[in-house]
Amino acid sequence: MPNLGRQRPSPEQLLQQVEAEERFQHRGKLKVFLGYASGVGKSFRMLDEGRRRKARGGDVVVAAVQHEAGDEVEQLLAQLELIPLRTDLASPSVDVEAVKRRKPSLCLIDGLAYRNPEGSKNAERWQDVEELLTAGISVLTSINVQYIRELQPQVEAIRGKRVDDSVPESFLHGADEIELVDAPPEYCIDRAQRADSGSPGNDALQIEQRLSQLREIALVLTAEVVDRQLEDYLRRQGIDQTYGAQERVLVCVTPRSNASLMIRRGRRQADRFHGDLYVAYVERGELASEDRRTLENNLDAARNACAHVEILHGEDPVTAILRHATQHGITQLFVGHSLRDTWLDRIRPNPLERFILEADGIDVRIFPHGENAR
Amino acid sequence: MNPAPRGKPGRLKIILGYAAGVGKTYKMLDEGHTLAAQGHDVVVGYFEPHGRKETIALAEGLEFVPRRAIEYRGRRFEEMDTPAILQRHPEICLVDEFPHTNVPGAERSKRWEDVLVLLDAGVDVVTTMNIQHLESLNDQMREITGVQVRETIPDWVMKRAAEMVLVDLTPRALLNRLDRGVVYAPDKAQRAKENFFKEPTLAALREMALRQTAHEVDSRHGGENNREPSVASEPSQGGVMADGARERILIHITEAPATAALIRRGHRVSDYLNADCFAVCVLPGPGMGSVPAKTRGALEQQLDFARKLHIETRILEGEDEARTLVDFARRNGVTQIFLAKPPRPVLRFLSKRQLAMRIVRLARDIQVTVVAERRARK
Repeated sequence: MPNLGRQRPSPEQLLQQVEAEERFQHRGKLKVFLGYASGVGKSFRMLDEGRRRKARGGDVVVAAVQHEAGDEVEQLLAQLELIPLRTDLASPSVDVEAVKRRKPSLCLIDGLAYRNPEGSKNAERWQDVEELLTAGISVLTSINVQYIRELQPQVEAIRGKRVDDSVPESFLHGADEIELVDAPPEYCIDRAQRADSGSPGNDALQIEQRLSQLREIALVLTAEVVDRQLEDYLRRQGIDQTYGAQERVLVCVTPRSNASLMIRRGRRQADRFHGDLYVAYVERGELASEDRRTLENNLDAARNACAHVEILHGEDPVTAILRHATQHGITQLFVGHSLRDTWLDRIRPNPLERFILEADGIDVRIFPHGENAR
Repeated sequence: MNPAPRGKPGRLKIILGYAAGVGKTYKMLDEGHTLAAQGHDVVVGYFEPHGRKETIALAEGLEFVPRRAIEYRGRRFEEMDTPAILQRHPEICLVDEFPHTNVPGAERSKRWEDVLVLLDAGVDVVTTMNIQHLESLNDQMREITGVQVRETIPDWVMKRAAEMVLVDLTPRALLNRLDRGVVYAPDKAQRAKENFFKEPTLAALREMALRQTAHEVDSRHGGENNREPSVASEPSQGGVMADGARERILIHITEAPATAALIRRGHRVSDYLNADCFAVCVLPGPGMGSVPAKTRGALEQQLDFARKLHIETRILEGEDEARTLVDFARRNGVTQIFLAKPPRPVLRFLSKRQLAMRIVRLARDIQVTVVAERRARK
């Protein structure tokens, strides 16, 4: 069924594409090194890449480094040109104007999440980076996952404390490249112990567990950025299809199905696989008021479960669902099944049978309706 | 020499990548140096230089246990010398290319089996592999790359790793390396670019490696109770559902070729849901003698495959396949039955009622998952 998902872009989409490509050509390239704690080696990796690019003829400058750098980092720094931070305000910040005057091809900026002091043009350092990119200067930068704005409630729950500086997740999604700097937690326990001193639960085992959770968040976030970039790439090629690297569960609800169980199971399945949950209903004519109420409740439950909810239209529900599934790269389809078996079902293929036979590359999980179902 | 205490198995660390050239071997050697500098007794058990200059330079200064030559069909092959490593008994041994298949004539057919021997002898091992080689991802990998990987690591072997580290590199950086001739010689690099080394393929593989590492970190240190609960998800501990039941997954084994993919998928889902998993086949009469020889061979192969993945298997007998399977499932508290997608019936009227549909009908209180085959993308 590979052609089902292929769609020609509309004129508006084409225009957007052209504009985006123009911006893309003048803009500097952004590469982000993402880590989950201090000490995994983000700065080192960033500076090492700067050094290699310089060795290959790139015009490279460093506009911000973090203090507490080790010997290895110092050695790398010694080989690179440095544009000093400006110090005329309350705290040091990137000297954006100096970098723009110098206009290197590549600028290295450590510690992306810093907040700029009062009186700066931009409130936050990531906005400085944005300004440099717009000016056509490429940037390598590094950030710790705990500083991603959207992840802060999660990170706070793990670390038991709050960080004030933050960068919006969309900034990462807009990066040309993102690279994860991974290391087992043992590499950063000492530093984490110092950083977290005073917060509850501070023995090595608890710290290791906390670090592991942050590490998992960083891995999944990177996977999501990669997934979205891959999707964009495929879409630019006119292929509305995914590779199934991310598990996506689609739950089909009807007024009769055991929807709340299906949605709960779908949510759990998606969580376990770090995947996404979708819920769809195919509208066919008017529903009795009781059915309508049940359906509304089910869709509310789906929204509460943070599912992508969609109401589909179509003569044929099976085709509508399968088209939706293909377009969204669904890997697991949850459908309900009533145990009724009419004489008609014995002659023509019933919807369930069609789901099983026609779902291409998608697993179909069947939930029985009724009292016994669990 | 300072032999590790008997009985205490060595610690396994896997350095995971998503393609040749991302820097796994480099990372392994780098770790070797760091560990040696910390005063640990480190040897290189096997190192694959791939003709990469930087990597070869990094191997200098580390102690090597020489490889062992094995003759096969008049040609000379070199394999890791496991007996010599055991003799030397270092604290830590570096072993490149974990999924490698040994040449016939070696004691064990797989390098990972050699590594298990080292671990059992109390030697810590640092090894390297690519995500493509994980058994339960085999079908998804074929879907992404169009290639069926033959050298696989069973998931339970990966579970033995105390630690896993991902070597991440963006596909663009990897392609640059390929262009600069760092990864392969020019002719091989060109061929690689035409096949496997395409940006979307690499991106998808990278995503799989990231997700797998997240899962491995989660299953070692995380635990369900730490995850931020989403509003509608029930409080659950591992495979235990709110109603107290643990998910139990039953895989239906038949002689059909699609069964291998079914076993892998069922196994993977069980792993992620932390569920019990077992596999059964149904024979029409007593013993394997009740099926034709050809079918028997295929069935035994599938059962064997499931056992290799450490899935408990059972052979049932019953004339009515669907009923026997469902009765067994109900007796054993199964919550999900995994079936392979049935072939399209040629003539629906004449065909017996589809097995899958019969199982669905009979399993009124059990969920059924029909696993579709994953086909390679064009």
